[in-house]
Amino acid sequence: MESFKNFVEKVGYPRLIIGGFLFILSIMAAMLSIPIPGLIGDILTRIGMNGILVLAMVPAIRAGVGLNFALPLGIVCGLIGALISIEFKLTGFTGLFITLIVAIPLAAIVGYFYGQMLNRMKGQEMTVGTYVGFSVVSAMCIFWLLAPFRSPELIWAVGGSGLRVTVSLESSIDKVLNSFLSFNFAGVQVPTGLLLFFGLCCLIVWFFGKTKSGVIMNAAGSNERFATATGINVNQQRILGVILSTILGAIGIIVYSQSFGFLQLYNAPLYSAMPAVAAILIGGASIKKVKISHVIIGTFLFQALLVVALPVLNILADGNMSEVIRMIVQNGIILYALTRKTGGDLA
Amino acid sequence: MDQNVKLDEIKTKRQMTSDYIFRFIVPIVFIVLCGIGYNLSELQFTFVLNEVITRLARNSFLVISLIIPVIAGMGLNFGIVLGAIAGQIALVFVTDHSLGGLSGLLIAFLVSTPLAIVFGYLVGQVLNRAKGKEMITSMILGFFANGVYQLVFLVFAGTIIPFKTEKLIISTGMGVRNSVDLIGVRQALDNVWKIRPYQGLTVPMSTIIVVGLLCLTLTFFLRTKLGQEMRTVGQNMHIAEVSGINVDRTRITAIIISTVLAAWGQIIFLQNIGTLNTYGSHEQVGLFAVASLLIGGASVTKATYRQALLGTFLFHMLFIISPMAGQNLMGDSQIGEFFRVFVAYGVIGLALLLHAWQKRGKK
Repeated sequence: MESFKNFVEKVGYPRLIIGGFLFILSIMAAMLSIPIPGLIGDILTRIGMNGILVLAMVPAIRAGVGLNFALPLGIVCGLIGALISIEFKLTGFTGLFITLIVAIPLAAIVGYFYGQMLNRMKGQEMTVGTYVGFSVVSAMCIFWLLAPFRSPELIWAVGGSGLRVTVSLESSIDKVLNSFLSFNFAGVQVPTGLLLFFGLCCLIVWFFGKTKSGVIMNAAGSNERFATATGINVNQQRILGVILSTILGAIGIIVYSQSFGFLQLYNAPLYSAMPAVAAILIGGASIKKVKISHVIIGTFLFQALLVVALPVLNILADGNMSEVIRMIVQNGIILYALTRKTGGDLA
Repeated sequence: MDQNVKLDEIKTKRQMTSDYIFRFIVPIVFIVLCGIGYNLSELQFTFVLNEVITRLARNSFLVISLIIPVIAGMGLNFGIVLGAIAGQIALVFVTDHSLGGLSGLLIAFLVSTPLAIVFGYLVGQVLNRAKGKEMITSMILGFFANGVYQLVFLVFAGTIIPFKTEKLIISTGMGVRNSVDLIGVRQALDNVWKIRPYQGLTVPMSTIIVVGLLCLTLTFFLRTKLGQEMRTVGQNMHIAEVSGINVDRTRITAIIISTVLAAWGQIIFLQNIGTLNTYGSHEQVGLFAVASLLIGGASVTKATYRQALLGTFLFHMLFIISPMAGQNLMGDSQIGEFFRVFVAYGVIGLALLLHAWQKRGKK
């Protein structure tokens, strides 16, 4: 009994519950004879798609800012980058490259100002961050409507003003990473480039954590007073964390969109922080502590759950069900993290 | 020494005047905004007035339901979504049993109350475990409850939960229809006493009286022992605990009252609208109510019913005029629509920001 308790303690309830749920659904999928290779391929793709957005939580948590609910800030920057590369009719890897080149500095600037703001209201980062994210997304709705883009790919063909609600990437960067070195193994389509890119990003963030500035940032996040006493400029480190998080958010949405095949504008990024937050919490992170392994485990569990749940529930129940399950799991996990005693004082 | 004291005095004086302006800055900005918007929209005065009165009557109750948790120091209760859900369950129940008129509406109030009490108790329990981060927790709790609500209404309704009226269920026998026509209780409260002062203007007096009664009860309630205890808890939990107040229980009571009021508020709102959007009517309740309260000049720690009423008036005024103003200003009514959504989110963000700022200043 004692060892079982230790095991639960070590793995953590979120991982255990979601893992168990996934296990049951997988058995049901097998029993309903849903093609397994297709599911595995989907899971791989969705890990690569969503992984970097989840990874974006890491620098923010490490710098002591908590879960970055203002992820839409980065996402909006990424979308602007993609729009500009489409406007100039760039395709393939050049398109992707230019998108990143435009988006990253933009995200860094936005992150800098957002970090400045957060330093003035320590202890309330998550609540304020959520609404800063919401406000920016709704302000950008007006921007999308008035933005001076001319490419026929971007604006409505007849009638209507402003950018389209969803912009197809078919003629630009659609699946650039997914199809790079992609191969088929026993019926499983492996999106090699996508996974490699995700792995590379994880590696960079991991490596950054080992460098001197990474260690300093971590120290500033884990104990502000101690860090100040040792001569670390905590505010500066927090800004750095927010900048990195925003940049990863921008890269994340670009990778997501190229895999999805569409850019989603207007209200689409409104709740985009929630799945990322939920995924990293499922992975075992808390508001104060995070490891790269949490990102990978969390993204895998959450996305696998969604992928497997869709066909199973479609057969057993209604089509809307998987969306409902997503909502319950995602918000339930965030609630669990917020109500934990060890959750820290960040709100 | 003397000079220092004087300097301090001047500083505090300046602080006080700036505080005074600060307190009214939000409503003033929105009054100006509404004035400009009204001019731009070129709408008829009677039309705007009629719309505003209708909206004021149907939304005030929900906005006022936010006040008690604010006073109890729990911030803006985004969890009123759960109250709205309780109200909607009651309305579906009433419609299913084909009850109508004022008696049907009263039954809806009766059915929603125990539900809301249970929900409120649960919300209170959760929020007590997340002291200091009530707002984000109540918001996520609202999203979570929305998921559970959809699960119940999409899957359990018609299969596990029996329905009398088949029309309410989707033809597959599972799930409630997307929109429910509230034939029985449509405007049941509004129709009790309506006056038409002149052409094009209808004032639902009965609803307004109900809202007025709520304001009176609220004022009275805050003078009772329980109300004073809530104030104390809101000012300083630690002192309240020391002076013998059961803090956790007081906080739960505050949330229960808020949830019950929100349930009734949602019923009043929907009886005016007349149709229930089963999967959407409750989603924006928290957002719009909170934004209304803040526009009236309330903050995360202070709110009165006057602010609630003024805020509801201004917010809905903006709602009515902004599409037309956008159309006339930029040639696109969509801008106005996006603008008002931005205002709703922006004003909440700004209020939270100012609050966090002030809190930090005090430390």
